[in-house]
Amino acid sequence: MTDSKYFTTTKKGEIFELKSELNSDKKEKKREAVKKVIASMTVGKDVSALFPDVANCMQTDNLELKKLVYLYLMNYAKSQPDMAIMAVNTFVKDCEDPNPLIRALAVRTMGCIRVDKITEYLCEPLRKCLKDDDPYVRKTAAVSVAKLHDINAALVEEQGFLDSLKDLLSDSNPMVVANAVAALSEINEASATGRPLIEMNAPTINKLLTALNECTEWGQVFILDSLSNYTPKDEREAQSICERITPRLAHANAAVVLSAVKVLMKYMEMMGQDAEFVVSLSKKLAPPLVTLLSSEPEVQYVALRNINLIIQKRPDILKHEMKVFFVKYNDPIYVKLEKLDIMIRLASQNNIAQVLSELKEYATEVDVDFVRKSVRAIGRCAIKVEQSAERCVSTLLDLIQTKVNYVVQEAIVVIKDIFRKYPNKYESIIATLCENLDTLDEPEARASMIWIIGEYAERIDNADELLESFLDSFQDENTQVQLQLLTAIVKLFLKRPTDTQELVQQVLSLATQDSDNPDLRDRGFIYWRLLSTDPAAAKEVVLAEKPLISEETDLIEPTLLDELICHIASLASVYHKPPTAFVEGTGGLKRALPSRSGEEDASVMATGGASASVIPEPGSLIGDLLSMDIGGGGSTAGAGGTGNVDILGGGLDILGGTAPSAPVSEPLRYDSEESNSTDKSNAIRNTVIRLQSTNSLLGDIFGLSGTSSTTFHIPPKQVWLPAPKGKGMEISGTFSRKNGQIHMVLTFSNKAMQPMNQFAVQLNKNSFGLIPAQALNVPNIPPNQSLDISLPLNTNGPVQKMEPLTNLQVAIKNNIDVFYFACVMPIHVFFTEDGNMEKKVFLATWKDIPSANEVQFTLENIECNADGVSTKMNQNNVFTVAKRHLEGQDMVYQSMKFTNDVWALAELKIQPGNPSVTLAIKSRALDVCHSIFAIYDTILHN
Amino acid sequence: MSGKPDQPKHHLMHVHLIIKEYFLHLSVSPERISFSIRGCPYENSLDMIHSLFVINSSGDVFMEKHWKAVIPRSVCDYFFEAQNKASSMDDVPPVIETPHHYLISIYRCNIFFVAVCKSEVPPLFVIEFLHRVVDTFRDYFNDCSETIIKENYVVVYELLDEMLDNGFPLATESNILKELIKPPNILRTVVNSVTGKSNVSETLPTGQLSNVPWRRSGVKYTNNEAYFDVIEEVDAIIDTSGGMVSAEIHGYIDCVVKLTGMPDLTMSFMNPRMFDDTSFHPCVRFKRWEAEKILSFIPPDGSFRLMSYLIGSQNAVAIPVYARHNLYFSPAGHGKLDLTLGPKQTMGRQLENVKVEIPMPKVVLNCTLTSSQGKYAFDPVSKVLNWDVGKIDPQKLPNIRGTINIQNGATAPESNPTLNVSFTITQMAVSGLKVSRLDLYGEKYKPFKGVKYITKAGRFQIRM
Repeated sequence: MTDSKYFTTTKKGEIFELKSELNSDKKEKKREAVKKVIASMTVGKDVSALFPDVANCMQTDNLELKKLVYLYLMNYAKSQPDMAIMAVNTFVKDCEDPNPLIRALAVRTMGCIRVDKITEYLCEPLRKCLKDDDPYVRKTAAVSVAKLHDINAALVEEQGFLDSLKDLLSDSNPMVVANAVAALSEINEASATGRPLIEMNAPTINKLLTALNECTEWGQVFILDSLSNYTPKDEREAQSICERITPRLAHANAAVVLSAVKVLMKYMEMMGQDAEFVVSLSKKLAPPLVTLLSSEPEVQYVALRNINLIIQKRPDILKHEMKVFFVKYNDPIYVKLEKLDIMIRLASQNNIAQVLSELKEYATEVDVDFVRKSVRAIGRCAIKVEQSAERCVSTLLDLIQTKVNYVVQEAIVVIKDIFRKYPNKYESIIATLCENLDTLDEPEARASMIWIIGEYAERIDNADELLESFLDSFQDENTQVQLQLLTAIVKLFLKRPTDTQELVQQVLSLATQDSDNPDLRDRGFIYWRLLSTDPAAAKEVVLAEKPLISEETDLIEPTLLDELICHIASLASVYHKPPTAFVEGTGGLKRALPSRSGEEDASVMATGGASASVIPEPGSLIGDLLSMDIGGGGSTAGAGGTGNVDILGGGLDILGGTAPSAPVSEPLRYDSEESNSTDKSNAIRNTVIRLQSTNSLLGDIFGLSGTSSTTFHIPPKQVWLPAPKGKGMEISGTFSRKNGQIHMVLTFSNKAMQPMNQFAVQLNKNSFGLIPAQALNVPNIPPNQSLDISLPLNTNGPVQKMEPLTNLQVAIKNNIDVFYFACVMPIHVFFTEDGNMEKKVFLATWKDIPSANEVQFTLENIECNADGVSTKMNQNNVFTVAKRHLEGQDMVYQSMKFTNDVWALAELKIQPGNPSVTLAIKSRALDVCHSIFAIYDTILHN
Repeated sequence: MSGKPDQPKHHLMHVHLIIKEYFLHLSVSPERISFSIRGCPYENSLDMIHSLFVINSSGDVFMEKHWKAVIPRSVCDYFFEAQNKASSMDDVPPVIETPHHYLISIYRCNIFFVAVCKSEVPPLFVIEFLHRVVDTFRDYFNDCSETIIKENYVVVYELLDEMLDNGFPLATESNILKELIKPPNILRTVVNSVTGKSNVSETLPTGQLSNVPWRRSGVKYTNNEAYFDVIEEVDAIIDTSGGMVSAEIHGYIDCVVKLTGMPDLTMSFMNPRMFDDTSFHPCVRFKRWEAEKILSFIPPDGSFRLMSYLIGSQNAVAIPVYARHNLYFSPAGHGKLDLTLGPKQTMGRQLENVKVEIPMPKVVLNCTLTSSQGKYAFDPVSKVLNWDVGKIDPQKLPNIRGTINIQNGATAPESNPTLNVSFTITQMAVSGLKVSRLDLYGEKYKPFKGVKYITKAGRFQIRM
């Protein structure tokens, strides 16, 4: 007799049959009928039509029948709310049953019935159950509070259930404590305010730690998770909590182990890095992590994703454990790929021989994806461990000899990177590479090979023939290959001008006349002009020395890494994205690693510095623009992105994850190729080719009709470049914003004895990505004349954080020389017109931003009242969200949005008659606060 | 009247769909956009596991359980999409992101258990729970398969409901569950139908809230006995020349304890310092282990895993078997295999249940081999060659040799496959671990005690 008998049907119709059975007088028949109903429900059949009949079976002494009916009610109550209300009485009665099992079952089921009408009746029984004598009932009731909160949060607070729940934290039974913690943390995460419900103080922590030892494994996970949200007040406290948590590392449940690892990793940040305690703790972390890798593959996968983060933060922990990451041939592919990634991260001079022989082994496996990644891994090893480069190259050559098509192509792509890292070292292998030219059919491999030929054209006798062979099919090639071919042939021409003139002519005409691709065309034109006007300059530009690539670029950006470390064991750690980037409705509870007191500033500086160092020197930029499509492009773009993060870091979350997540740079890939090359060509267009643009004219026309910008505060012009420094050219200027575009308003005065012409402008990378939107359109300026000009600027250029934030370095060239100067931009030009935040969003965001990100200032001698302030600021894109009169003070709430989508919120306290105004600014990007204060000060005194 | 309140919702759905479609083209996940549009107050509920779908390997959802609101089956489409992309069932990624849910799955017994979560959860928590579900099914029904689940729908459903409440695990200890819901057996089914009793307990499990939640009180046996199996699995990768690439031992101690009352046991080892990592059943007093390296515990009633341990590469792991192999593919289109196995470092114990599995390259058509002992079989579909060797007699080593045929015109494979060897050695723990004492406190009787040692191959791979 098995349950499958419940599926037999008759011709009369199943529902009809069941209906009559449910109404049978025989208990046994009734029960069997309910079982049939449940079985149908389990496989997804709709049996909701039987609701009244099943509900009728509820009043019974038979526990199994009761349970089954309850199961049914949970499933269908929502679709039959009016019917469900009939069941309420029985629920309430059952909550008073002498049998604790029934009391618990009733309170549990009521919480699962998500019907508003029922929740009202739930309160009284729930209150009783929370104070029940039986711990089983109490622990069930604790979870029910969380359920109720989910349905009706206000009701829970009104009825004081939160306090009852907090009382349960002191319960004598550890299971009850664990469930109370679980319920509280669920309520906490769901609540809009994000205000912690459990006040974490020493006694609470102590209670939690005691319960941790005694409660179930699942409860331990909840407790450990809430401990990870607590920041100990000092090193000693952190250490003592760590000591009590360490035994959890020996738990058989992988979830407990990983949650314990999270708490330990977080608290270790608070201790001196060389402290004995940290060293011994690090040693204790390795074995449990290794043990996780012997569990089921799914557990391994999650463990590996987390280990990837852990070894980036603390490489020492697993440095001796390389072997456990060696791939078994029957590992699932998702495990294999993760292991490979970790092997590269752990690769060092000591173990590289072993790693390489493993990688070579993997490169002969059957799974194509895995083989490709293994070949790439060999290349990454070469770049990471310099001593191994030679061995890696010879391994790659061996693999090329196998002639397996995709292996060869992958090998060529990575060899290109090796050439870029170690120029002029391994060129002897080029001949071997060239033998495989015909077999390459993937764009990336073709482009890489072409790059190699172009770069070493002088050493390849038949470079011209090789490149020419690609030219026949030029139109059919991928853009990437076309661009690369164009550059390679220009390089060849510059190196061997005598016999390649025809070839270069051919490629230039293909690129400029026969192509529809603007990037290709622009690049063709630029080369053409360069070559025809100044071949020497062309040489300098095209053959400029390129920045070396480094392995560091595949690391996760440090601030993101720190955030992810706080999310070890969670989904964020699997995706390597902060939860705000993917979890719906998370208001952005951003977690940060605690730091040792006093070290905070230093660490901020350090991360800033580290991310900036990847950016190549400005001088090499042009060379980079013109000759690097492969890798170089990726790495500069990636680096720009990394810089971005520092400023945007917090801002990204404000909208609850509507902004894209921070890019993780990967120099060995093409991922950012597309957008990047467009950026580049923009830059080229704007800086070198002088397109006659009507933009400024249009801008002026619209400027006249626009009304909003008429009273926009424009700071008075300042002398940026005094005449003595500018060899007779004096430049003064300021910034303004018209119709949503930033303008640099300049006055050029020629104080020299000769005319000035051939003006061009370039802006260094800056905090907001400002770049000229068009070329500097300055005609000839005769001596003793001056000229006013307004240069529109875009904000889509490369980003680098400046100190101060508003600093801008400008280079202006004329026929005499190139001049460099720096100026300070008024920050309000970056406030966009759509910076008016909705009231609700404002409120939520204000609460969300931690108070550490709030800065207070006092504005002195303000003469205008609240409305005056509001009007003045609104004209400058600082929008008033709300106004309030409170205890004789006017409170004005304002919002502003930067061009890079960072938001800042401000609160002004104005006391009529008092000239001092208190200004509080909140933003995830703290750096902007001072500049905002400065601009308030200026605008309000204007 | 009834249609009206729904209307704006429909409207939203529609907008949502359009946005989703639009973003599919841009390969941006739509939930980022949809967030601001969806205002339903229930959407942001945070709970661990929302629903469970059980799916067989041909892609049928044959069972579903919802702990909160019903989530439509269509959510599984994202899972099927990932399943189609994977080259084998084992390769389906365990964590899948969909626009509104996260699908966390395990693959066991040829069945996928797919948990649907709505919010940031610890994935290991879900994975461990799912494994526990499967373990419970096996415990109850002796096996876990589609047929068995279908045959026991009601019990399965009751179990799932007892194991999880509102997404939080409730009772996952097999001892407690068995007190709440009796495992089915034929006798009880007959008795129940005669007496009208059911398999659901009417009383609260006694042990659940005591200080030893894993043990029920009032246990009585006429024969008191405790059996301990020390089982060690050797994981190893051996390279072509017989060198050890990596090796480690995963050991565990499985127990069957049938003792009356509240027995308090201690177990000590001859050489307790050899473990690189240990994890214990909650019953083990961890402090005592840390201080004295003695296992002290009040055992659960029945079978359980007392501890598991890892002995890693730094302690030289003995490799009990070696292979002499020669596999060669000629460009002409045929190959030769010659494979001999032999014992090594077995301390005089015999290698038993030896099996060899060779996943041959795809181009292999069939194998014509002769083996000195045991049977071999080649599956032309999966291309796996299995050789069931049996026992290894050190005097007469087992050998298999012969020719391998390759598809006409196909090029000879570049690389040789990896041998997967399995074996067992009884009465020996390969690490040399030995239990020195086992004592009983708290009860007066003298139990029967037994310790057994077994060594097995774990994932033991030899590259050819």
